[in-house]
Amino acid sequence: MNWAIAILQTVLFVALAPLLAGFLKFCKCRLQNRRAPSFLQPYRDLLKLTRKQPVISEDASWLFCVAPYIIFTMMVLAATVIPLIAVDMPTSESADVIVLVGFFAFARFFLALAGLDIGTAFGGMGSSREMTISSLAEPAMLIAVFTITMTASNTDLSGAILHILHSGSTLHPSFVFALFALILVAVAETGRIPVDNPTTHLELTMIHEAMILEYSGRHLALIEWASQLKLMLYGVLIANLFFPWGIAQSFSFGALSFALVVLVLKLVVLSIFLALAETAVAKMRLFRVQEYLGFAYLLGLLGMLSHIILESTR
Amino acid sequence: MNIETQDFYTQAILSMSALVGLMSFLMLGQGRLPRLIFVFAMQGMLLTLTAILAANELHSPHLYISAFLTFTLKVVFIPSMLQKQVFAMNIHRDVEALKNNTTVMLSGASLMIFSYYVLQPIIHTSSMIMLNALVVSLSVVLLGLLLMISHRQAVAHVVGFMSIENGLFFAAMVATDGMPMVVELGVAFDVLVAAVLFGIFFFHIRTSIDSLDVDMMNKLHEVER
Amino acid sequence: MIAVYLLLCLSVAGIAFFALTGHHKDIGKLNTYISAVSLGITIWLATTVFQYGTILSESKAFLIDSFNVYLIVLTAFVGFTTSLFSAPYMAHEIELGKLTEARLKLYYSMYQGFMLAMYLVLTTNNMGIMWVAMEGATLATVLLVSLYRTPESIEAAWKYFILCGVGIAQALFGTILLYYAAEKLGNPENALLWSVLHEEATQLNPDILEISFVFLLIGYGTKIGLVPLHNWLPDAHSEGPTPMSAVLSGLLLNDALYAVVRNKMLVDGATQSHIAGYLMMGFGLVSFLVAALFLHRQKDIKRLFSYSSIEHMGLMTFAFGMGGALATFAALLHMTVHSLVKSAIFVTVGHAAQIAGTQKMAQIRGLIKTQPKVGWGLLIGTVAIAGFPPFGVFTSEFLVLLATMREYPWLTPLLLLGIGIAFAGLFRHIQPMVYGEKPEGQLPIKANLIPVMVHLGLALWLGLAIPSFLSDWFSQATLLISGSSL
Repeated sequence: MNWAIAILQTVLFVALAPLLAGFLKFCKCRLQNRRAPSFLQPYRDLLKLTRKQPVISEDASWLFCVAPYIIFTMMVLAATVIPLIAVDMPTSESADVIVLVGFFAFARFFLALAGLDIGTAFGGMGSSREMTISSLAEPAMLIAVFTITMTASNTDLSGAILHILHSGSTLHPSFVFALFALILVAVAETGRIPVDNPTTHLELTMIHEAMILEYSGRHLALIEWASQLKLMLYGVLIANLFFPWGIAQSFSFGALSFALVVLVLKLVVLSIFLALAETAVAKMRLFRVQEYLGFAYLLGLLGMLSHIILESTR
Repeated sequence: MNIETQDFYTQAILSMSALVGLMSFLMLGQGRLPRLIFVFAMQGMLLTLTAILAANELHSPHLYISAFLTFTLKVVFIPSMLQKQVFAMNIHRDVEALKNNTTVMLSGASLMIFSYYVLQPIIHTSSMIMLNALVVSLSVVLLGLLLMISHRQAVAHVVGFMSIENGLFFAAMVATDGMPMVVELGVAFDVLVAAVLFGIFFFHIRTSIDSLDVDMMNKLHEVER
Repeated sequence: MIAVYLLLCLSVAGIAFFALTGHHKDIGKLNTYISAVSLGITIWLATTVFQYGTILSESKAFLIDSFNVYLIVLTAFVGFTTSLFSAPYMAHEIELGKLTEARLKLYYSMYQGFMLAMYLVLTTNNMGIMWVAMEGATLATVLLVSLYRTPESIEAAWKYFILCGVGIAQALFGTILLYYAAEKLGNPENALLWSVLHEEATQLNPDILEISFVFLLIGYGTKIGLVPLHNWLPDAHSEGPTPMSAVLSGLLLNDALYAVVRNKMLVDGATQSHIAGYLMMGFGLVSFLVAALFLHRQKDIKRLFSYSSIEHMGLMTFAFGMGGALATFAALLHMTVHSLVKSAIFVTVGHAAQIAGTQKMAQIRGLIKTQPKVGWGLLIGTVAIAGFPPFGVFTSEFLVLLATMREYPWLTPLLLLGIGIAFAGLFRHIQPMVYGEKPEGQLPIKANLIPVMVHLGLALWLGLAIPSFLSDWFSQATLLISGSSL
């Protein structure tokens, strides 16, 4: 029974990711006073790309063709770790937060290699930028998530969520810091403004897009889907870790559907905030990203310090 | 003693203290003066809220008066005076780019750890978990000092000085539920007079060296050349 | 008790009067009258204490005991004589065009403001009010340091403001910690009253008091001028008008040391270790030696004597830190005579600077030929401050050396070295100024040197034979501070 629910959860994750991307685009368009495409447009784009034949350069190696599949698989595996609508999943008990970060790193590694594979200048540039940003963002993310798990004394994500649910309405000062740190890191890792503009067409300003410039057809579809999934993963992580109320603790149909509704609401709120931030803030120059991520790291560190100083037992 | 076992009041005070500490860190990284003054006003607002919380919980009317004093001085009067001067002297667009931003931030974090180490004997022997907020107030004091050291503008020095006073007010409230009224009034009066004097000083410095960069005031030396 | 209220109200009235009324021709003389009346009130207060012992007001807000009674009289006395000096001096400055009349009004009202803050520090029983008054003293004098509005004086005033302000903020943290420790004892209303705390000192938590003393020493130590927190002192004392330097050197430093010693009495009662004493000894010794070395490199006459102030305050801090009856007695005596001699020196220095038209020592020459009284005053003053017998400074320094030899004999050579270096430094600079060739066109000025002669005479008297009431007060204060009597 548990395994069925786990597979259902993963399928929901994968299926809803383009919808989230569509809703985000809708919010941004409305904020810019434009008419937005329908929410289902990302699905249609993915379908269109799947039907096309990929064009592969002569200089490409086996890595170029394999990478999209690996990236997509990693994202799906990561989706099994993060509780979406229910805790106590067998999948989430077999892999904890460190494994999650490892999944992201694995996917990023192959993406960077794929960018380097063809030998174009833009690909290499995108890969090096991506690695720089992630080398600064990973420690920040780890510290931010560790602060939560220190409170729960458990690195398992569903265990941490359960602990927070059971401790009632406690105000944890360290959570505030960890929340802000994680938001900053999420923006950096998913390649949104102010770190990276996902809709840019100027190659010199690209980070994520530069690595996938050469992809087409079904490979591009997989990579696009993987990046939408990554955005949803981070959103669900933030929503469920810091505001876990509403998540299903039993496996009844009622609890699960209620959890789904609550999750959709949380994601809607988060997307609206993200859209507002993307519209209001300008993209940072690359050398300032290190200050930005340094600040995220500092916030995580402060969260941990406030946990130790202010909250923990003597 | 975990935070989860404490009552709501303690949790609220601890959260407020974390936010006040965060404001100090935000001030460290600001390059532009209007934003710096705004974050300082935010810190004053948080302090006022803490005072009102404490007054509510402990039913002591004199904390309401302290909250009112803090609000008028630290949220209304001083920031508006500084903003007016910043705009009048036309330095609101100057960006003071800190060369070693990361170093400053990390030394701020180490100052917080240091103040924890200094106050260990007190916290260890006390049964009040609220005393841990004393660590945050000492680190706000030290971070105010760091702010003064790392910035060159005289206005930033004044903001650092006032944030030191913020930290002291927070310490007084957390550890002792507010100092006696007479002392509080005296301190508030001193802060007010100091703020007014700082305003006069900006004018003099500006007239004398035509900028507010204190590194340019270096005619007097320990050992004269 | 009426005396205390009267004293404070008189100073407030002085501030208000000078601030609000227009400029008089005789504004200097009015200031002198107010100071004279204050002196009279303090003498009345002293005789009351002499008859009845320690006075504590009913609201327990004010405390006059043997430690602060003579300091109060000293403050009023130095304030009075300096006001005698400052009246013609400032008039001369207006003639020279260095000041406007509006600024003179500011000067006199802040003068009274500063005196008010000093009286408040000395008479209050409440540690919080002591802090407020110390900060008030800083604020009152900040504008005075920059009175001449030259770039150097503005820089000096800014340094003074920032350094002393930040230092005093640390002292407030120490006071808060002290309040926290004391609040647990019982009545939070009484938790900041020194008299209550002193009685119950053994019940206070020693760890908290140790930490609070460190903050208090750093904070008030900035105002005393302990190295390495002394950077504001030479600038502020040299760039301000001379009466301000005299009052700052003579009175403010004393009051800051008084605040530290009051706190040390509390800490000693609570802790069994001598950490407060060791800290004070360390800082004091370092200040003493460093200032003595810096004396040699100075080119401005007022900076020279402000480093000498730092040196003497270091010695006093060292003596108070050492504890014990002899050292404490010596430190109390030293506080008194240093105040008298240093203010006298600054008065003569002010005249010398006016005669020569500059403060640079290289350009001041031949004082004894131009105006013998100023020349002799400067020479005798330097002799007195360097520690020559039979002046009072020799007596107190000798007693400090004696006490050091008894308890920490290995520190005595350092003290002697410091005294020697300071002596050499002072005379090396003073000798050409007093005896050198008189430059062309140097004219004597109208000067009232009676304050100088009175101060030096008192210092001489205190060196030869301390009057019995004063030595009684010193002994009682010694008993109070160090716990053992002479």
